[in-house]
Amino acid sequence: MSKITYIGALREGMREELLRDESVFCIGEDIGTYGGAFRATQGFLEEFGRPRILDTPLSESAIIGACVGAAIMGMRPVAEMQFADFVTGGFNMLVNFAAKVHYRWGPSVPMVVRLPCGGGTRGGPFHTTNPEAWFTRVPGLKVVAPATVRDAKGLIKAAIRDDNPVLYFEHKYLYRRLKDELPDEDLITPIGKARLAREGNDVSLIAYGSMVHYGGQAAAELEQAGISVEVLDLRSLVPLDEEAILATVAKTNRVVIAHEDTKTGGFGGEIAARIAELGFEHLDAPIRRVASIDTPVPHAPQLEDAFMPGVEDLKQALKETVEY
Amino acid sequence: MGKTRRSPDGKASGRKEDAALAAYDEMFLLGLYRDMARTRALDDRIEALYKQGKLVAGCYSSRGQEACSVGSTASLRPDDVIGPMIRNLGSIVRHGVPLTLVLRNYLGRATGPTKGRDGSSHFGSLQHNMLGPISMLGALIPVCAGAALAFQMRGEDRVALTWIGDGGSNVGDFHEGLNFAGVLKLPMVLILENNKWAYSTPIEYQTAAKNFVCRAEGYGIRGATVDGNDVLAMYEVTREAVDRARAGEGPTLIEADTMRMRGHAIHDDAKYVPEEMFETWEQRDPILLFSQRLRAAGLLDDDTVAKIRQEVRAEVDEATEDATAQPLPDGKGEIDEVYA
Repeated sequence: MSKITYIGALREGMREELLRDESVFCIGEDIGTYGGAFRATQGFLEEFGRPRILDTPLSESAIIGACVGAAIMGMRPVAEMQFADFVTGGFNMLVNFAAKVHYRWGPSVPMVVRLPCGGGTRGGPFHTTNPEAWFTRVPGLKVVAPATVRDAKGLIKAAIRDDNPVLYFEHKYLYRRLKDELPDEDLITPIGKARLAREGNDVSLIAYGSMVHYGGQAAAELEQAGISVEVLDLRSLVPLDEEAILATVAKTNRVVIAHEDTKTGGFGGEIAARIAELGFEHLDAPIRRVASIDTPVPHAPQLEDAFMPGVEDLKQALKETVEY
Repeated sequence: MGKTRRSPDGKASGRKEDAALAAYDEMFLLGLYRDMARTRALDDRIEALYKQGKLVAGCYSSRGQEACSVGSTASLRPDDVIGPMIRNLGSIVRHGVPLTLVLRNYLGRATGPTKGRDGSSHFGSLQHNMLGPISMLGALIPVCAGAALAFQMRGEDRVALTWIGDGGSNVGDFHEGLNFAGVLKLPMVLILENNKWAYSTPIEYQTAAKNFVCRAEGYGIRGATVDGNDVLAMYEVTREAVDRARAGEGPTLIEADTMRMRGHAIHDDAKYVPEEMFETWEQRDPILLFSQRLRAAGLLDDDTVAKIRQEVRAEVDEATEDATAQPLPDGKGEIDEVYA
């Protein structure tokens, strides 16, 4: 069995769904002829043709709006934002139209918006953000963030089959750095189920996206120092696997939450609040959050490295939480 | 319906010369009149319910713009999709949505199309091929383009029809949606109702251009202008656009010249509108104009007007009775209905 990359798994997942269901189509800027800015849809135009692989004008609101209309009419659009940052142009369509249609008057809106996000790529203020927290607070939207090759495929397939608008945050740094072997089967990652990425006893690290990997590295290094870290990969932010969060907190009694998004108003605050509300009696130490500092994402490597949390920041937070 | 020679059954024997009318079936013409009257009666009832303190919130009148909605929607097949905005009550009425559903929504009833979750005519109904608007103007344009895209992809010859105002046409979604529809040659028709006022803002504060239809050229699509208070002209101009869209010739932008005859919503007394403007347009009331024309052609007389008025009144009464008798929402289980 040969190894496949994270972006390759994403591509394979979309391709399988395009083959399986003719109501599925891909829409976005430069996704056809060019195969997508990151080549996520490479080869699709040749295989499926236009209009199923639809290059559009540069119009984020029209792309997302058209997805809403097509989805209400029974299609299953998969839109690509060239960068997650650019979803601002389609914000109204997501938060006011897509999110509210079902609740307001009933129809399902089965659509996926793919959002290439994340830093470590020196992309600067407009090509690197992690804007998931703008959407996690919008009832009606689902939000997923695969951290592994397996989930890159399993979650895109689940998202396409879901009858709701799903925001799929794919991490650019992981695109070609992660490789794995995947079984030759119809791989579906259920939306709303977290994954125990690493078992441990002393402290829990709750993370998603790239932080699962930085966290895994921190955990491996801390193991040498005799600290056993459990890593929970959320996979899905909305719906949130509260049960898995409370289970790991009950087990280790200490928790660090990590995300690459900036700290204030980041999704970590919501996780911390849930733990405080529902798992307070399990805690032997204050809940810690590790996140990017509250600035725009800077461009120069020295600045971005200082901005983003890294393995050392995680190790320190985990160690301090254990020693509290 | 539509442009078929009237049957030689002698029914319209008093008919005088009106070349445009002569091309249409009498039932079709009276249907346009009746649906405008139904729209007006429903509009009046909604206003009355507001004044009686029975509505949950405000109301937005379509008064004076009935032709823009009824005439254009008359050009559609039942399986075509409408995306009405707040002043397109006539489109909802014409496309076959029962009046009680509109009233149930205004009255916030549990059995209404939004179960009390949204108000006024802010609802959709898949059963009636109606997409519901959101308050952010212009958003329906890309969404209707998406519906049209679904039709195009599946090889269905269905069309999506939606509306915007002179104010809403300055929102980015108008540009993105029309451009997108133009590039993809989508089967969509957009009617821009130039009703002269966006809340309190006159058109000279909305655009420096001489009109709105000139934008069509910028998107490489067909543009047309029409007297928005002439229901038959509205039908004809939309029919042509719909036929073209159905034939794969792409979208059309139609600018309809009309006038908003009430304030933005009922709380707004519209004092900023010059009185003589209302007076001028009152003479151009679409129902009045069409009834004069039908009378001149011998297709309408006092008896028929009285009969239609009575029937429409009865229909609105019945719908009001039905809607008012519906249960109110109980606030339970809402959290379970956010996701499909």
